[in-house]
Amino acid sequence: MGAGSTLRRISPFLTIACLLLLWQWISARGIISHILVPPPTDVYQAFTDSLADGALLKHTLVTLEEMFFGLLLGVGIGLAIGYAIAKAPILENILSPVIVAFQSTPIVAYAPLLVIWFGSGIASKIVTTAVIVFFPTLVNTIVGLRSVSPNLRDLMRSLKAGRWQIFRHLEAPSALPVILAGLKTSTTLAVIGAVVGEFVSQGSGLGYLVTSARNLYDTPLVVVAVFTMTAISLSLYGIVAYVEWRFLVWQRRSSA
Amino acid sequence: MTLSLRELSVSFRDPSGCALPALGPISFDVKEQEFVCVVGPTGCGKSTLIRVLAGLLPASSGAALCEGALIDRPMNQFAIMFQDANLMPWRTVLDNIALPLEIAGVSRSSRYETVRALLPQLHLEGFESAYPAALSGGMEQRVALGRVLVQQPRVVLLDEPFGALDALTRENLGRLLLRLRQRYTQTIVMVTHDINEAVLLADRVIVMSRGPGRLVADVSVDLPRPRTHDMIYHQAFLTLTKRIRASIDDLSA
Ligand SMILES: Nc1ncnc2c1ncn2[C@@H]1O[C@H](COP(=O)(O)OP(=O)(O)OP(=O)(O)O)[C@@H](O)[C@H]1O
Ligand SMILES: [Mg+2]
Repeated sequence: MGAGSTLRRISPFLTIACLLLLWQWISARGIISHILVPPPTDVYQAFTDSLADGALLKHTLVTLEEMFFGLLLGVGIGLAIGYAIAKAPILENILSPVIVAFQSTPIVAYAPLLVIWFGSGIASKIVTTAVIVFFPTLVNTIVGLRSVSPNLRDLMRSLKAGRWQIFRHLEAPSALPVILAGLKTSTTLAVIGAVVGEFVSQGSGLGYLVTSARNLYDTPLVVVAVFTMTAISLSLYGIVAYVEWRFLVWQRRSSA
Repeated sequence: MTLSLRELSVSFRDPSGCALPALGPISFDVKEQEFVCVVGPTGCGKSTLIRVLAGLLPASSGAALCEGALIDRPMNQFAIMFQDANLMPWRTVLDNIALPLEIAGVSRSSRYETVRALLPQLHLEGFESAYPAALSGGMEQRVALGRVLVQQPRVVLLDEPFGALDALTRENLGRLLLRLRQRYTQTIVMVTHDINEAVLLADRVIVMSRGPGRLVADVSVDLPRPRTHDMIYHQAFLTLTKRIRASIDDLSA
């Protein structure tokens, strides 16, 4: 490994360190009021406090739960409808008005409607998350399945492979890279879905933590909640990236 | 197995529903264990012909028969190989060659055993666990050839199998094909646009007209076997290639 590649590896961390220093410097100099931009030390204090009284963990778990079931539902339905559309293109014509309408309306606008329909409990947040992750999953499933090589289809037919064998040995592995790419987008969107749901109907979760802390002008806690969302988003992205790396061995470029 | 084409023709339909004739009508027979090469101008319907024989495409009129029975779906004991090696990039060499056995429900250990026994003949030892991305074009085609052999087919259909390779690799693969054929006698129909290759490999060369392709010449190649590459300098070889060449040139005249 050369010096250039070491630099490339550590430079993201350098960026973060520089930003933290700049942030500390700005608040220490009192350039901006602490209520607007609390210094990193205050944020750290809020972090350890909310960790100690269990509030952070509790709200994080609520958000994670909503995201988990939302992803399960949205990705599941996206895969199923995507498969159906790829197999029977007529379904695309039938379903596209609904799908396009959902997709082109901002989720924040109809999230209150979802609360009216599904109640102010966890169900409405799961649905909000599911709706937002549904679309990228759907699109990537269709694109992935349509990318299957027609010659390989002919090969499978000439081997007298059944429907399930074609799915298992050809369609699923061909579509997997595209679907996993879609899943990476979906995981970040899932955080947005859950938090939007929590903004709209109060109760618990990181979105709720943000609004309640803001009402108390507890800016450090707001920042802690926001950073937790970032951390969730990045971790999920990392997990999918790892799954990708682990299972798509054949796509890894061998370096000389 | 014997094959025969009876006034076979195929037309496709354009988006407005007009018929686009792509092949024929064409008739010829392929005898048991005969090696037939098909040559003809681009777009004359050679791939279409192979796809009908493979049972992947229905005839528009006439018929393709195997042992007198209509070919209307992929038949048992037929294997097909395309111009592009058509490997699955997510499968290793071993698993690509073993695919037909896996589809047929052969157990993992016995299919690996079969494939491992085949590797030396394909000069692929040591590459079992390589992925297609790491292979050269010639190696990819050898894997594709392995995937054909593992099926123990009695009819092999080859659509320009070496078309995308350089001249030397192509000669090597031609030799490999002849060697493998000696070992596993099969009926072979191979499309190529290399006349030398056709004469060097085949028992008979079929020349097709411009699309929709019909039969314009049916040339028996009575060169002795085993064939060696030196034969391309023999008078008999030159006479044959000239004859085939002339029948193709007549098309464009
Ligand atoms: N699926 C299809 N739909 C419509 N037309 C087709 C289709 N497949 C082939 N054709 C047409 O049929 C004709 C014969 O095609 P084919 O691929 O059999 O030719 P070929 O002899 O194999 O040509 P080449 O030497 O370039 O491979 C061509 O005019 C082609 O455009
Ligand atoms: Mg062709």
